[in-house]
Amino acid sequence: MVPGDEATLMAGATASQSDIDLLRTRLGLDRPMVEQYATRLAGLARGDFGYSSTFRGNPLPHVLARLPATLVLMAAAITLTVLLGLPAGMVAAVRHNGWPDYLLSLLVVGLLAIPNFWLGLMLIVALSVERGWLPSFGFTGWASLVMPTLALAARLVALVARMTRGVMLDELAKDYVRTARAKGLAARAVVGRHVLRNALIPTVTVIGLQTGYLLGGSVVVERLFAWPGVGDLMINAVGARDYTLVQTITILFVAGFLLINLLVDVLYVLINPRLRRA
Amino acid sequence: MGGSLLFLYVALAALGPWVAPYGENEQDLLGVLAPASQEHWLGTDQIGRDLLSRLVVGTRFTLTAAVVSVTLAALLGAMLGLAAGYFGGRVDTVLTGLADLLLTVPNLILAIAIASVIGAGMSGLIAATTAGFVAPLARLIRSRVLEVRQEDYVQAAVAVGVPDARILARHVLPHATTTLVIEVSLLAGQAVLLGSALGFLGLGVRPPAPEWGTMLSGGREFLEVAPHLVVAPGVAISLLVFAFNTFGDGLRDWLDPRHPR
Repeated sequence: MVPGDEATLMAGATASQSDIDLLRTRLGLDRPMVEQYATRLAGLARGDFGYSSTFRGNPLPHVLARLPATLVLMAAAITLTVLLGLPAGMVAAVRHNGWPDYLLSLLVVGLLAIPNFWLGLMLIVALSVERGWLPSFGFTGWASLVMPTLALAARLVALVARMTRGVMLDELAKDYVRTARAKGLAARAVVGRHVLRNALIPTVTVIGLQTGYLLGGSVVVERLFAWPGVGDLMINAVGARDYTLVQTITILFVAGFLLINLLVDVLYVLINPRLRRA
Repeated sequence: MGGSLLFLYVALAALGPWVAPYGENEQDLLGVLAPASQEHWLGTDQIGRDLLSRLVVGTRFTLTAAVVSVTLAALLGAMLGLAAGYFGGRVDTVLTGLADLLLTVPNLILAIAIASVIGAGMSGLIAATTAGFVAPLARLIRSRVLEVRQEDYVQAAVAVGVPDARILARHVLPHATTTLVIEVSLLAGQAVLLGSALGFLGLGVRPPAPEWGTMLSGGREFLEVAPHLVVAPGVAISLLVFAFNTFGDGLRDWLDPRHPR
């Protein structure tokens, strides 16, 4: 599948044929495909992800060491999404066809069309290059987190805001809202106590559906801001033709994808009691 | 609005080299990293190439990659979805299993993995963007096929011995085309975003070619002295995505009466 013999590539241009053969035997590349595959699977089960040329050994510990930075970035993006998207959608729904509603529609259309790495670049130009307010490179304290989070979260904020607005509009037209209003409950209390609970469900749905975006987007954003996470490492691995490392990180991302989806399913049940019996 | 903007992009892609004021690799070595001026409307890059010309000529890369990959994905997705939904049984189990497996790999991660194996270039870019779209499209088509599979007219066609291929083409596929067309036009915007992200990561079309994402990553080094290098390509990408998105939304409102709003 991979072009070029890995052993020849790894040994370098000056290596002799016997060196290459030795390396090939040591890496097990002279064994039949099926056996190599079986050995690999057995290794994965034991946490041995193979030989990474970058780390000269099992890449797993090095990848895991970079994991916290990626998790912090994702957690920050999700937090921002909930803090911005949810209220924005609520305000738009309550002020249906008013100026906040139109402003939000406009913002959503814009944010969905802008690539996250370009948004990040523009943030760097505006906040870093021109004014020097924020660091744009690597991790040098919590201020470093601001721009990557904004760049990653923008799309999610737009989607959550749009979804919340739509569901709120549906919910506000329902009978229980009229009943609550009729018994004298203030509009604020109706929205806060009754409608919000129902509107939370689609937010969770959107975040669940966008897990793939969150993971993929983190790679691009980490690359742009030299954020010391797993995604940045993945692009380095591609550049170094370290396919073991690329594969390890891909497996990790798939595991993350499945885990987040599981969490979303659990959250569903917590938010929506109607699902508990199902 | 999305339609007319798209038309403009298509025209630029087709006429690129003829309407661009300069050649896309023509250098003006005395005016390196120059800001916008009368001669160079959008300024020049680090080796004195006219930014506007590069953007105009680059339209064809982005547009071709996006259109070809969603078309390929639609063809593959339709075939697999039709097969799974129509034949059912073991075929369905295997195909659905494969699709579920593919769906657990985030699109961009899959694209990076594929592009790193195939190598940078147009075919790698197209393969990488196509891969992530096949499974969701196949799943969509399959669900539409299942809706009509038990309808009397399909059962009747099976009963009188019409060949499977003909039933699929004449009786089943038409039921799914509207959904497919809408979904594909919405995915095209995603394909543009995905393709330019790959270019930005250095996994798209090779550098001298004026691909927008690649241009953005090249301009990153000169943020302090020439921010104009990263403004224009981003605007070009965003407007194209916006055009595809509004076009897809408009198409859906027009063709799909069941969709609210």
